[in-house]
Amino acid sequence: MRLLTHNMLSSNIKGVTNGFPLRIEIEKVVEKQVDFNADFLRNMFPKIEWKALIGAARTLGYVELPEEVEPSRLDSEDFLRKFHHALLELHLEEGALVCPETGRRFPVSKGIPNMLLHEDEV
Amino acid sequence: MSRPELQAPPEIFYNEEEARKYTRNSRIMEIQSELSHRALELLALPEDGVPRLLLDIGCGSGLSGDTLSESGHQWIGLDISRSMLDVALENEVEGDLLLGDMGQGLGLRSGVIDGAISISAVQWLCNADKSSHNPRLRLKAFFGSLYRCLARGARAAFQVYPENLDQRELILSSAMRAGFAGGVVVDYPNSSKKRKEYLVLTCGPPSISTSTPNGKGEDGESSSDDDSEDEDNQTVSISDRHRPKKKQKITKKGKGREWIIKKKEQMRKKGNVVPPDTKYTARKRKARF
Repeated sequence: MRLLTHNMLSSNIKGVTNGFPLRIEIEKVVEKQVDFNADFLRNMFPKIEWKALIGAARTLGYVELPEEVEPSRLDSEDFLRKFHHALLELHLEEGALVCPETGRRFPVSKGIPNMLLHEDEV
Repeated sequence: MSRPELQAPPEIFYNEEEARKYTRNSRIMEIQSELSHRALELLALPEDGVPRLLLDIGCGSGLSGDTLSESGHQWIGLDISRSMLDVALENEVEGDLLLGDMGQGLGLRSGVIDGAISISAVQWLCNADKSSHNPRLRLKAFFGSLYRCLARGARAAFQVYPENLDQRELILSSAMRAGFAGGVVVDYPNSSKKRKEYLVLTCGPPSISTSTPNGKGEDGESSSDDDSEDEDNQTVSISDRHRPKKKQKITKKGKGREWIIKKKEQMRKKGNVVPPDTKYTARKRKARF
């Protein structure tokens, strides 16, 4: 699972008001090459929760992203490359996602998070 | 054709053996990719070459996702069957995969997705496979969460196989209640084999851009569902099926030009390749032939 998806996912357990961002527990991280596309990154940037992204990237061991970011940075190729790497190339292969409010674990195996809820959580 | 919905719940029906078919059976693969091409077309994304973030609901083995990747888009796929997702991993699909149940609602942030497609999946929501399942509530949870996670003006194109008119009505009314505008597009409405239904939904208030596109294989007639005329055609074609077959009239003269042209028109409506009507159509041969 890429951090792009992590940035979109929130816990939808019944009664949870703030299920975002899901905390990451790591067992294994892999990197996969993805074609660079600046247009996609510029289009996605306004939708990304920046804090959650740098938090997740740091958990996965990537610390190159700046703490604060202005939209003007999007013109810099160097910044876009880093953004691209964090967003699309880092994969959480094994581990878990944890709901920040209830502490419920969603296990991630072979890169696929199991988001199925129990009957009493719907 | 038997309906998989009637046999077992999706997470059980799509076991390893069934999932295997989606990599081996070229007919299934061809149909799936054809349907996803059409769904992507119905999404009517702006043609500016910018890749979008799309959602594939019931992505299965990722055949529909491959179509999205070919067009350069990034996608997130959701499916309830682990076996199908394992096949998708083997196929090395480019999108991210989630194991989840659409009837439990989509756990995604608001307004982040640029479009959603789904191939032959939404009708599963009409089944109550567990005692805790209530189709109405599951449809409500699904469409409600979908409406939230789509960006304003984004579209969703779902290819569906409703079992009957009631199911179609149930799915559509759940979508409308969640706030979507749109309707059903029917491709090749006159062919029983090629006929496909797509639910095309737009997030946001109705406007010109939210009007339902036309289906393929019909003559410019709108096929939106609230169209009463369309509804009438439905009932006619269904009662047709139950009517006893007419006895064939036997005439010595044989079939005339009119009859042949009528038949050719019928075949054209079904989407078949038919030679054009010319002066040679149904021409009599000379006696000495």
